[in-house]
Amino acid sequence: MKYLDEYRDGDVAKKIVGEMRRVQTRPWVLMEVCGGQTHSIVKHGIDHLLPEGVELVHGPGCPVCVTPLEMIDKAHAIARQPNVIFCSFGDMLRVPGSDGDLFTIKSLGGDVRVVYSPLDCLKIARTNPGKQVVFFAIGFETTAPANAMLAWRAREEQVNNVSLLVSHVLVPPALEAILQSPDNRVQGFLGPGHVCAVMGYREYDPISARYHVPIVVTGFEPIDILHGTLMTVQQLEQGRAVVENQYSRILGRDGNLPAQKLVHRVFEVGDRKWRGIGNIPMSGYHLRDEFAQQDAEKLFDVAEIATLEPEICISGEILRGIKKPHDCPAFGTLCTPQRPLGATMVSAEGACAAYYAYGRHLKPEPLHQIVAQTAPLAANGVTT
Amino acid sequence: MCLAIPGKVVETFDQRGMRMAKVQFGGIVREACLEYVPETQVGEYVLVHVGFAISRIDEAEAERTYQALRELDQLTELESPVVEEVEPGGYRQ
Repeated sequence: MKYLDEYRDGDVAKKIVGEMRRVQTRPWVLMEVCGGQTHSIVKHGIDHLLPEGVELVHGPGCPVCVTPLEMIDKAHAIARQPNVIFCSFGDMLRVPGSDGDLFTIKSLGGDVRVVYSPLDCLKIARTNPGKQVVFFAIGFETTAPANAMLAWRAREEQVNNVSLLVSHVLVPPALEAILQSPDNRVQGFLGPGHVCAVMGYREYDPISARYHVPIVVTGFEPIDILHGTLMTVQQLEQGRAVVENQYSRILGRDGNLPAQKLVHRVFEVGDRKWRGIGNIPMSGYHLRDEFAQQDAEKLFDVAEIATLEPEICISGEILRGIKKPHDCPAFGTLCTPQRPLGATMVSAEGACAAYYAYGRHLKPEPLHQIVAQTAPLAANGVTT
Repeated sequence: MCLAIPGKVVETFDQRGMRMAKVQFGGIVREACLEYVPETQVGEYVLVHVGFAISRIDEAEAERTYQALRELDQLTELESPVVEEVEPGGYRQ
């Protein structure tokens, strides 16, 4: 497919890795910000292609992962109500709350529907005028224009039975939280390509300058990630720390201005709690007061539910790049995608779930054992 | 979640005052909202996320980046130090 196949070319990948080996003189720790990048890295084994000493740690950019358990419980409380059609992107359905997931609610008779686009909720609402249609509006800046359009069109078209349960988070405050952490290891970032397709990358300049870290806005295909890694390593080796754009076929410095305009008309910035990390000031979007009629948190009387995460879970440290899935004693044993204990296992884009999906929880048999087993066969002449 | 896929705009149409498109991704055609990339024309490539085109793909830029990467090893060769011929018994400074 055009604009995909070219960016999966093995020969080009080898050239980039060769160039990285040429320029790299010392170890570096880089973080890919986006969960989509993490998934691509683990799926294609990109981290295993890199020269020794260039380490990728996995960032907080998986919105399903960082949606707090309290918000998931709120969603479930609304979805259980009669007369509600609860709509969500597919990846939220399996995320367990304190008591089951959206699939469980559906199996018990709740009207839970997966939508492809937030605009589908308008169609569902028009078709079901006697029902309240609630959309679970989660995501980073990439998804904000789509969710903003739902609130905007619902108000403009006076489709009065649509509302949004908003749990939107923003990337730049999360990067600052990572960099301010006393145990931070991250020396450079592969920036979130699709977030920047919407927002541009001007807002990353002050972060790069203040903390002296290179930030290279990077795409999602294997070649994009290798290229973004090379560009970051080049900056580190040269002692530079600026924002650069690897994903120039998709975005420019300003991003998508019409999208930003509507996002800012519908949402305002406020504090958000991140699962595994905690509260980060001014790190998310909330609906403006003028959209109170579209705000499910105001329309439904859902009490604050305090929830506790399992103590064994280290997803907070994984999301900040301090630890990796293998550092967790529960990884792949007590904690699996079927029974996730925490943020990074609940979505396919979480680091733990990606490691699990591609078999990294399995310990390969040590080579000397394999040799020991096969040696007698060879001695008996049973070789082919 | 931030997954976005490049596709080719094969048709544009109006839906309740919104500019929409049919976008082809390999063998699949899906609708996408063009409100955020209103200048898009049929035949162009857009990046689609949850039913919204969020960016038009810059074909010239895509070509430029790809070619630059394909030529990486040639650049490396150009940058590598020039080996000069020296007289037997001589040395290079």
